[in-house]
Amino acid sequence: MDLQLSESELAFQAEARAWLAANVPAEPLPSLDTPEGWVLHQEWEARLAAARWSVVSWPREYHGREASLVEWVIFEEEYYRAGAPLRVSQNGIFLLAPILFDHGTQEQQDRFLPSMATGEQVWAQCWSEPEAGSDLASLRSTARRDDVRGGWVLNGQKTWSSRAALAHWGFGLFRSDPEAQRHAGLTYFLFPLDADGVTVRPIAQLDGEAGFAEIFFDEVFVPDADVLGGVGAGWNVAMSTAGNERGLSLRSPGRFCAAADRLVDLWRASDDATSRAVTQAGVVDAWVKAQAYRFYTWGTVTRLAAGGDIGAAGSANKVFWSELDIALHETALDVLGADAELESRWLDGYTFSLSGPIYAGTNEVQRNIVAERILGLPREPKGVQK
Amino acid sequence: MRFELTDDQHDLARALEGLLASSDTVAVARAWADDDTGPGLGLWKRVADLGVTMLATEASLVEVAVAFEALGRHAVPGPWVESAAYLPVALGHEVEGVATLALPPHVPLALDADVADHVYVGTTPVAADAVGPRHVSVDRTRRLFEVSGTGETDPAAFDAAVLATSAQLLGAGERVLADAVTYVKQRKQFGREIGSYQAIKHALADVRIALDFARPLVFAAALGEVSPSAAKVACADAAYLASRTGLQVHGAIGYTAEFDLSLWITKIRALVTAWGTPAFHRERLLQDLVAGGTR
Repeated sequence: MDLQLSESELAFQAEARAWLAANVPAEPLPSLDTPEGWVLHQEWEARLAAARWSVVSWPREYHGREASLVEWVIFEEEYYRAGAPLRVSQNGIFLLAPILFDHGTQEQQDRFLPSMATGEQVWAQCWSEPEAGSDLASLRSTARRDDVRGGWVLNGQKTWSSRAALAHWGFGLFRSDPEAQRHAGLTYFLFPLDADGVTVRPIAQLDGEAGFAEIFFDEVFVPDADVLGGVGAGWNVAMSTAGNERGLSLRSPGRFCAAADRLVDLWRASDDATSRAVTQAGVVDAWVKAQAYRFYTWGTVTRLAAGGDIGAAGSANKVFWSELDIALHETALDVLGADAELESRWLDGYTFSLSGPIYAGTNEVQRNIVAERILGLPREPKGVQK
Repeated sequence: MRFELTDDQHDLARALEGLLASSDTVAVARAWADDDTGPGLGLWKRVADLGVTMLATEASLVEVAVAFEALGRHAVPGPWVESAAYLPVALGHEVEGVATLALPPHVPLALDADVADHVYVGTTPVAADAVGPRHVSVDRTRRLFEVSGTGETDPAAFDAAVLATSAQLLGAGERVLADAVTYVKQRKQFGREIGSYQAIKHALADVRIALDFARPLVFAAALGEVSPSAAKVACADAAYLASRTGLQVHGAIGYTAEFDLSLWITKIRALVTAWGTPAFHRERLLQDLVAGGTR
């Protein structure tokens, strides 16, 4: 058992650190959910890609450098330590790409991955519907076969689609077999958000910015070439975790470690003795949990490198980091005292953290998964299906 | 970078698990609490024969953590932290027989000083007549004695003891969770297993998560990558959550001394404040952090 980095990993770390130190913008970019911030974040992605830092673990032909999983975690630690911008392309590179690598055709990989890596094409995820949230498998948006044109016609509505207000492409599940029940009969589609029949209506989030949107589909044609995985196999494709060997469905520990370090700095700089005394335990706990998450991730990386997969442990992971993120930012606001309500990076981080226990499967759904698949507790009797 | 137990370390865990699982440690612990220390001293010898008292000096703190997790899981009584973690590191050699110590202010009383072969204050041996009155712990298997004398604290030995206590808490928490899971799968109310209700599921899922994220801190601390105080804080919180949740899901039967769960519920409460309270360890971490350190 050891936590030692190899010579080549240390060299990789030094190279990443040096490049980031020389290139990360001195001032934080405007929010990526504003039009001007969006463009600047896209430009940042292009700069990362030109130096092969945007998708380090990907093959070289797609702008990667074939970095190992350990190196990916190292890069992420350095990235957040350097205070680099949020990744506008994260839905694509972290959520869609692992599935494209596993289930996409060569043609799809060649067509989509390069522009995803450079930030030229930004992807939005389209899972939830007004009546299908935690119970995603009850989704109602449809895909109707069109043999004449060789493809499918999408109808329905998606909502809470992150980045959809400004993104170029979307990915999501549609019911391609109206007779099939729930998880069966779903197909995974890729579609341009400027296609005929697509209407995107931005939704202002808690912070007032249009970080997500609802999307209406009215007779939207999608060619067969843009079906990802098999027709009717959409649920399994979407839920497959095999992409984890690329590491990109892990939430980077570097992000929380860097935030916890900044919290310690904030606490140290406070001149409010009362606030310091009251927040002391919260500061320490945020740091301890960020470290716990970091070492836990090294354990996961070790298992993945040995051929294992994350499985249901991903659910434990998600509950832990989302709660850590909120607690860390709540503590920061407590340290800030009366200034906490004023616009700041901490306030932005706090508002964003509040979405963590909701998106990517609510923490209630994740706890069910931990209880049933890890602890082996009996499943709850299902409610009435419609 | 391979953050996982080696085959040899897994073998050690399996060997200890095999021995303890077949030793009726619950009966041993109950006898120990009743001052019938014979079975416990017999078990002590068998555990020592597996090499547990020499791990700190002959192996590494990783092996020490592996051993103490097993001791915690099986509620093995006796001054193990003292004999197999603090003293071997402080003295630089394995301790023969049963040894115990007091180390004020963090360890004000010495465990089982009446049956120990050697009693210390810090790293200074004291005579048998230095052992004073006995105190009663919430954990009846922790037989605590006043000891007169003075002695120095060995910082590395203290850290080893903190780590061992953390691992013991981890093992105790794992045991409570396992027993709680077994129970809620059997117990039926309102016509179905109580473990199928989300109120129970989510509470136990939180215990699973807390333990899963405390464990890596124990082994990272054993490797010297993070302060053992971080492990102690996380393990105390996780194990305490396990004990509270374990008691709650058992209902009234869990609140009885007769039911074996009581051994772990009381042990966890005692270990939370043993070898440095959570407040002490948080303060220590904060001082380190403000000075720019911690690992």
